[in-house]
Amino acid sequence: MYVAVKGGERAIENAHAWLAEERRGSKEVSELSLAQIREQLSLAVNRVMAEGSLYDPDLAALAIKQSRGDLIEAIFLIRAYRTTLPRFGCSKPVETGKMACDRRISATFKDAPGGQVLGPTFDYTHRLLDFKLAADGEVPEAAVAEPRREATPHITEFLQGEDIIEREPFSDAEPGDLTREPMSFPAGRAVRLQSLARGDEGFILGMAYSTQRGYARNHAFVGELRIGCVPVEMEIPELGFAIEIGEVELTECETVNQFKGSKTVPPQFTRGYGLVFGQSERKSIAMALVDRALRWEELGEDNVGAAAQDEEFVLSHADNIQATGFLEHIKLPHYVDFQSELELVRKLRREAEELAQTLAAREAAE
Amino acid sequence: MNTTFFAEDRKGWMSLLASADEARLTELWHGFGADPACEFLRAPEAGGVMVRGRMGGTGAPFNLGEMTVTRCALALTDGTVGHGYVQGRSKAKAEIAAKVDALMQTGAAEALRAAVLAPLAEERQAQKDTRAAKAAATKVEFFTMVRGED
Repeated sequence: MYVAVKGGERAIENAHAWLAEERRGSKEVSELSLAQIREQLSLAVNRVMAEGSLYDPDLAALAIKQSRGDLIEAIFLIRAYRTTLPRFGCSKPVETGKMACDRRISATFKDAPGGQVLGPTFDYTHRLLDFKLAADGEVPEAAVAEPRREATPHITEFLQGEDIIEREPFSDAEPGDLTREPMSFPAGRAVRLQSLARGDEGFILGMAYSTQRGYARNHAFVGELRIGCVPVEMEIPELGFAIEIGEVELTECETVNQFKGSKTVPPQFTRGYGLVFGQSERKSIAMALVDRALRWEELGEDNVGAAAQDEEFVLSHADNIQATGFLEHIKLPHYVDFQSELELVRKLRREAEELAQTLAAREAAE
Repeated sequence: MNTTFFAEDRKGWMSLLASADEARLTELWHGFGADPACEFLRAPEAGGVMVRGRMGGTGAPFNLGEMTVTRCALALTDGTVGHGYVQGRSKAKAEIAAKVDALMQTGAAEALRAAVLAPLAEERQAQKDTRAAKAAATKVEFFTMVRGED
């Protein structure tokens, strides 16, 4: 029997009103502006844009404010908003080789052309709490030097000169889009990269770490990590040519991984790739390691049964909105489901009791 | 008019307008003064564009994620058509961009270039130079310590 139950509207309304009040916090503390979030919590904004899969710093700041700093909730808000936007088209692939680099380092070549540019990094800080920040926000001006005018070449270009690293086959093949078609397996590298780019940072980090600890180890070096802005170009049909429709900040990581060779092919390094919206270097390095692990088949490696090699496992669990949706739904009313289970368990217990009584009676009679 | 040259030039100003700071563009546009009568061919609308990357930076394309873009098309009373494609969700910015695009195809081009586009381009370059200069200051200068082999 199906029983429709209504109720709870007033409780829900009051709960949401209280939520709004709690979100605001004490009125004796001034309210956060979106500009403050965008400018001063920019790495949180970056994460929400990357995993929300929508580059718009103001919207991400709004989502962070609305979600009280719960970034997965903020990502959820962005994903929901994204679905309301009409799609104007697709950009031309961004040219990361022309990036205006704020940061560019290589763990493999000390003297790479363009140099090791640290940028605004947490590296080499002592991770000691800075109590000065609790007092005031005064910061000295950053130092300047003669800026580099020309583009900074990719490190892999130099290795490719010697053919000592695998080449990325160039193509203009139309990539699959998991926002348009449900994922199916095998997904192919384009869809894998899209899924990893918007996947949960913690999950991708854990998967990448598992490869470093020996579950499908691929011995990665960070060949290059670069952060900076690139223009985004799109063909405008009504104009008949491409224009820049804006600029996005990206983090790109290229790993140089364990080499392989055979009797006929000389040994060659392999590669993994990470590209993420915003300044997100942990995520981009992790993405490159997982991308590399998932390429085992095309590189002729053994499937050692590691989780990071299992495309279905990685891609189906990387999305924190899918995951949290399914996980959290179990807290919502399941009264009828539970009622039927309760009935069933009671019935089983009753039957077991009756059986025990019957057996006891038979024993007594014998 | 040389059409290739025109397309290059137009691409330049449309690109500049797309990533211009909205407050600054609005200020410069109001400073320019003239706000021509026009008719919308496509009212300003916000949407998304899928940004693509390439595997390994140079290989096959993949979908990275979307960005917000607002577009608009309008015609001046003389029939000149202007298009605006700007980053973000501001309809007002898209409208100004389309008007600038239209006027840049008229006799007002040189005055408009001087009043709006040139300052935008200059300020953008200055911003880029400042970041590049800060980045340059964080470039590592390696030196080799004297080794104690004697």
